[in-house]
Amino acid sequence: MALMLRNQEHFLSKIATNNGHGEDSPYFDGWKAYDSDPYHHTKNPKGVIQMGLAENQLSFDLIQDWIMNNPRASICTAEGADDFKDIAIYQDYHGLPEFRNAIAKFMGKVRGDMATFDPDRIVMSGGATGAHETMVFCLADPGDAFLVPTPYYAGFDRDLRWRTGAQLVPVICDSSNNFTVTRDALEAAYTKAQEAKIKVKGLLITNPSNPLGTILDRETLKSIVRFTDEKNIHLVSDEIYAATVFKRPSFISIAEILEEQDMEGINRDLMHIVYSLSKDMGFPGFRIGILYSYNDAVVSCARKMSSFGLVSTQTQHLIASMLSDDHFVDKFIIESKHRLAKRHGVFTKGLEQVGIGSLESNAGLFFWMDLRRLLSEATVEAEMALWRIIIKEVKLNVSPGSSFHCSEPGWFRVCFANMDDETMRVALRRIKTFVLQTKGGQEASAKKQCRRQRLQVSLSFRRMEDIMMTPHLIMTPHSPICSSPLVRART
Amino acid sequence: MLSRKATCHSHGQDSSYFLGLQEYEKNPYHEVHNPSGIIQMGLAENQLSFDLIESWLSRNSDRTNFIENGRSIFRDLALFQDYHGLPAFKKADENLNLAVNINSQVLAEFVEEIRGNKVRFDPNKLVLTAGATSANETLIFCLAEPGEAFLVPTPYYPGFDRDLKWRTEVEIVPVHCSSLNHFRLTKSALEEAYQQAQKLKLKVKGVLITNPSNPLGTTMTKDELHHLITFAVAKEIHIVSDEIYSGTVFDSPSFVSVIEAAKIKYPKDTTLWSRIHIVYSLSKDLGLPGFRVGMIYSNNEAVISAATKMSSFGLVSSQTQYLLSKILGDRKFTKYYIKENQRRVKKRHEMFVLGLKKAGIRCLKSNAGLFCWVDMRHLLRTSTFDAEMELWKKIVCEVGLNISPGSSCHCSEPGWFRVCFSNMSKETLNLSMQRIKAFVDSINGGRYGQNDARSLCSSRSKKVTCYMGFIIVKICLST
Repeated sequence: MALMLRNQEHFLSKIATNNGHGEDSPYFDGWKAYDSDPYHHTKNPKGVIQMGLAENQLSFDLIQDWIMNNPRASICTAEGADDFKDIAIYQDYHGLPEFRNAIAKFMGKVRGDMATFDPDRIVMSGGATGAHETMVFCLADPGDAFLVPTPYYAGFDRDLRWRTGAQLVPVICDSSNNFTVTRDALEAAYTKAQEAKIKVKGLLITNPSNPLGTILDRETLKSIVRFTDEKNIHLVSDEIYAATVFKRPSFISIAEILEEQDMEGINRDLMHIVYSLSKDMGFPGFRIGILYSYNDAVVSCARKMSSFGLVSTQTQHLIASMLSDDHFVDKFIIESKHRLAKRHGVFTKGLEQVGIGSLESNAGLFFWMDLRRLLSEATVEAEMALWRIIIKEVKLNVSPGSSFHCSEPGWFRVCFANMDDETMRVALRRIKTFVLQTKGGQEASAKKQCRRQRLQVSLSFRRMEDIMMTPHLIMTPHSPICSSPLVRART
Repeated sequence: MLSRKATCHSHGQDSSYFLGLQEYEKNPYHEVHNPSGIIQMGLAENQLSFDLIESWLSRNSDRTNFIENGRSIFRDLALFQDYHGLPAFKKADENLNLAVNINSQVLAEFVEEIRGNKVRFDPNKLVLTAGATSANETLIFCLAEPGEAFLVPTPYYPGFDRDLKWRTEVEIVPVHCSSLNHFRLTKSALEEAYQQAQKLKLKVKGVLITNPSNPLGTTMTKDELHHLITFAVAKEIHIVSDEIYSGTVFDSPSFVSVIEAAKIKYPKDTTLWSRIHIVYSLSKDLGLPGFRVGMIYSNNEAVISAATKMSSFGLVSSQTQYLLSKILGDRKFTKYYIKENQRRVKKRHEMFVLGLKKAGIRCLKSNAGLFCWVDMRHLLRTSTFDAEMELWKKIVCEVGLNISPGSSCHCSEPGWFRVCFSNMSKETLNLSMQRIKAFVDSINGGRYGQNDARSLCSSRSKKVTCYMGFIIVKICLST
């Protein structure tokens, strides 16, 4: 079988047979562990809890209610069936006008109406995944590079590079200044690329940041815009988490910065935004990706390329209806933030109680947990060793910082919005137990001089957790079963 | 500032195929609001059988409202982004605990049904993509390097210039087919194209056929398939078969897929089978282009593996997968639909061919597709592509029919046009035939305009704008 596979591969392209898809990395051990042993309240209470998936599952009830009350939005219902034929046959890559209008309005609302968006600049794509790839196809030739501040979403390695042939040059950010993107870091990365004779075509920022959960402040944004403008390179701002900013300071979009007076001379042809409804509304399955550009030629080119990943008109129709309902949208945005804030608060406070810190954040569906002091040494190997323990012994699938190209070992991204309250409580309990256990273990072994000792979690951890678990299992709705990214489009 | 891809013309949209569509957009025919407007005959859409789907929907609205076993599964759908596709849609998979009724293998079975259940389709070898557009591009990414080539028999669907070449940077080398033998694919044409590629120092990685053919509307004969397979075996190259029109075969000979022919001719050659890949879509057979439901089918595990990962760039909306799993899961309905749809396409085809005949116009004998390959060579001023363009502009601007000139399909002989007949009502089709007849009569009679079947309120300024559009385009094309 393996031989046959190799023979078959012989006839394929390099792209088809290389590792550019990024799915062979050891980080998928976590996903495999989850897949083979998924947590379930009743059926598998000792299973692995999925905390590596940045999904927003906190506000579905609001959406479900809306759908029940708005049968016209679906072309399958008696009320909406009149639209079926026109919707099913519409394949114009401009997208339904009402869809684009609704998206433009929603994007503005999410940014506190501090910026307005032109529906004619909205281009559809197959999720933000498709939007990123299309953006690079439009802006860069094979071999050209994009600067990307670290730590960054692991999927960029595939989305920006795999089929496009582009390269990524990291802009190193670290905890000394809370991972701020400084002018110095940008310059350093740019110079490094030049020295390696790599042509830099643009800078990609994710704001709010994945995995940090922080937003860029006004001054940093302006400094970034000035940098790209001076170097005459593109700026792509991935704002996929814009509506997840759950407490002050408020989100500031590139769109808002461009309206400022001292930004008047900036070349708008270099400015682009990537967006999606996958995080803000929790619709990754519907594949609603948006590419927004201030550059007419990019809009035109991207629109033609959108043929490769248009949004199903059935979905466009539903979303157009939903997002045109101002009352619903306003209510949803506020309530979603409220629930995210609450969830975030429970986790971070809980961790503080056992001395675990995380980067102070006000956005995203995750937090950036600091486990540096639990490492036997400040190396990636030690981080991976700790991570394997967390998966195998603590039974939590969290994401190690190295998978986000973080330059400092010991950070982990922990997602909190893809589970119900009960699962969250179990997860928190497990982390606390682990930390307390490890602290005790660390003190005992601190007397030994062995530097390469792996952290061992004994069976007593399990017993401790059993004691801590409530004696009566509460019947709750099924926790959502999430699919492994081994078999999915990644988040 | 931008990439080469953004600034070149490989997107192919300067082609007359797309320009015709644009002209139509400016002045679209409407029975009531714009009776002298341009009738759209350049879009191969199937609008003949919507009522069947609509009535299914009205009978089954309780099955498509996101409620399963009494609870809403909306959330599960909204979250589902597994690039293997919804199990209900692709195959039964007990391991994926979605709260939907698991219908088994609906799409695979639908595809089998279309082929008269002569071939088995394994749902594990299927990759869902955002339309055939994405499927074709993805396959090329998997099979060829930038700068390598695929052979494509002419005439071919104009969109291939974009789908196969643009972002992949792969070349197309045409395999010229001639009207002398009804545009059949021959051994010598394949060889000639291969030699041509060698001359251009292009490494050929495969042949891409469309079967049934767009724009010809014919199914490939067993002989053609054998020539193709023998050729591919000898050169050790891939075969990609775009079978998007396989459900529109309304007459004999019945449809034979290349994979079927390969298994008969080379029953043990699994290496060969692993180099044959099928593309399909629901856009033509079910008439649902807006839903973007395409697929790749291949026996090659490595292709399936790579294509599956690539499908992340263009997955099918789970909302749509859910709806279609319900429709296609109703086997009784799909059996009926396929037959009835074919009957309607046949009827429409007959009506159109007869109408053309009355105008003294012939078309290639066809048994499939949503269009006819119409022979207007006798209406050309000279046997040149310039004359073809001239005729085409007249037909779009004066006669008011958006049809597709053969040159946009890379036909090697001027004078052929693809004309679609299934994307309009019977009345509109009748009107289009009246207009054609009037046009032909006028050419024969000497002066166009005297027997103008178009409404007398047809505005002169619209015609002028139409021609202006072409002049501007001509200037752009020649720069």
